[in-house]
Amino acid sequence: MIPVFVIIPLACAFVIPLVAKKYEVLAPAVAGVGSFLLLVFSIWSIFLLGGDGHVVYEVGNWQPPVGIPMVVDGLSVLMLLVVNVTGFLSLVYSVPYMKKFTSARYYYTLFALLLAGLNGVVISGDLFNLFIFVEITAIASYALVAFGTERQELEAAFRYAVLGTLASAAILLGIGLAYSHTSTLNLADMAEVLSAEGAGGVVIPFVTVLFVAGFGLKAALVPFHSWLPDAHPAAPAPISAMLSGVVIKTIGVYALVRVLFNVFGMTQATTDVLIWLGIISMAVGVLLAIGQWDFKRLLAYHSISQIGYVVFGIGLGTPLGIAGGLFHLFNHSLFKSLLFLNAGSVEQAAGTRKLDELGGLSEKMPVTSWTSLVASLSIAGVPPLCGFWSKLIIIIAAFQAGHVIGAVVCIGTGIITLASFLKVQRYAFFMRKGEVKDFIKEAPLLMQISMVALAVLCVLVGILFVPFLSEVIQPATDVLLRGTGAFADFNLLGV
Amino acid sequence: MSLYFMALVLFCIGVYGLVVKKNLIKKIIGLVIIENAVNLFLILTGFRTGGEAPILERGMEAVPEHFVDPLPQAMILTSIVIGLGVIALLVAISVRIYEKYGTFDVTKITELKG
Repeated sequence: MIPVFVIIPLACAFVIPLVAKKYEVLAPAVAGVGSFLLLVFSIWSIFLLGGDGHVVYEVGNWQPPVGIPMVVDGLSVLMLLVVNVTGFLSLVYSVPYMKKFTSARYYYTLFALLLAGLNGVVISGDLFNLFIFVEITAIASYALVAFGTERQELEAAFRYAVLGTLASAAILLGIGLAYSHTSTLNLADMAEVLSAEGAGGVVIPFVTVLFVAGFGLKAALVPFHSWLPDAHPAAPAPISAMLSGVVIKTIGVYALVRVLFNVFGMTQATTDVLIWLGIISMAVGVLLAIGQWDFKRLLAYHSISQIGYVVFGIGLGTPLGIAGGLFHLFNHSLFKSLLFLNAGSVEQAAGTRKLDELGGLSEKMPVTSWTSLVASLSIAGVPPLCGFWSKLIIIIAAFQAGHVIGAVVCIGTGIITLASFLKVQRYAFFMRKGEVKDFIKEAPLLMQISMVALAVLCVLVGILFVPFLSEVIQPATDVLLRGTGAFADFNLLGV
Repeated sequence: MSLYFMALVLFCIGVYGLVVKKNLIKKIIGLVIIENAVNLFLILTGFRTGGEAPILERGMEAVPEHFVDPLPQAMILTSIVIGLGVIALLVAISVRIYEKYGTFDVTKITELKG
């Protein structure tokens, strides 16, 4: 059943342009049904994992290491949930939001391709196949950033596409070197070859550098972040939500972490690199965010900072740190996509997203206002919302691992984040500044539904964090903790 | 070995074009050169001097040592197609940029702060 995660969105992407040329209304319908099915399958995949914690599908029944496997394990399940929950809710939100754009059917086609790429990255068990899905995701997102085809959108998309392609070239070079070193592309087989070979050698460290740069650029870690604050605000709001909530995590953090932990194996050097990239991203992202007055740009800078938390937590490498990082990854996908959806409905209602031109929206737009309050408190880490628990776990893990600087930066970043979102709430929603314009009204029903659903999820995950940690985060953490041995029992050569 | 070095030189030429040139189209050409340098490098990793195509004919004996590795070639075919898609998209975006800004000069396309 694993291939459905790629087949459904690809089929949607194929069908939508065919049917929607005549009946425009079918485009959102087909995409909506497809992504709803994906959501159902991804929730079902939690219960799919048996006692050994993974399911393997051999494409075309070619046995590994010759064939290309698709693998679902604990980490993939977590990422499938991240992709498909946010994907479905963003798509629901798109239906009213995209009405003002012409040829919206291409939007839904690209959206379906984006989902196909994201799901493919998560379930791929082959390094080159993973690269292909990364590229599908990347090309779909370049096109979606440019979808408005206005001056800023085009400029942002061009920069994003050039830097993204450069990153892809680095990743492809790394894959080529890894292949010439190990003579295999299968992740499990490669892990086995490398662990049999032992430490030493210069090829794998060099490939690690290429991957950290390539996937780090796609994840917008700080030295490689310059495209993100342009690209994410330029896209239509549901796509901003997908880019910030899902894409940078899947084709950036997930792909990097999967290869480093489960194939190459962590060394002291890579641990240090991840930890410091995380710390720098946290600090720089949040410091750049406080000065912003553009609602979506502010959110984009916060994405850099929150990705820093995720990478820092996972980089610590302790069980608690990895759990915290992965939990924060999930939570961030909920509250950051919610915030971008809020920003979209504010922009649609008020015609601007400059915080100093807004004000008093809480009366006219109660649903948007209250859901954004939930998301803001969540990202700022106010108990009992979901962001609080994951940040708390990361900070405790940092102290346990003896990384006091990291813990202090975490706490400091949390405080500045809180200040920054108090500013958003005050200027956009609560402060009255003259008369609130008459034409401002609440967002359409479907947009409200998806915002409320995300807000409810934020609260629910915050309250029920203990069962969530044990059911979803724990299996994912185990996969990373088992290191290069995680794939070992995938029973490669038909033994 | 000198062939690998040539691939590196090609890569550096591409980076030069991407970084130094101001014209969007020249930047795209630099990107194409980078992609091709990487593709060339990958092809070279599977190459064997005097090797044969890995096709078994009737009555032939399989001698793996004589064969050129076909997998990098399959990978490169895929990678070329991906590159084609990206470049087509980039050119389309540059055409739209030209329509809006009336120039290909990146120093004049600066609405965003970066």
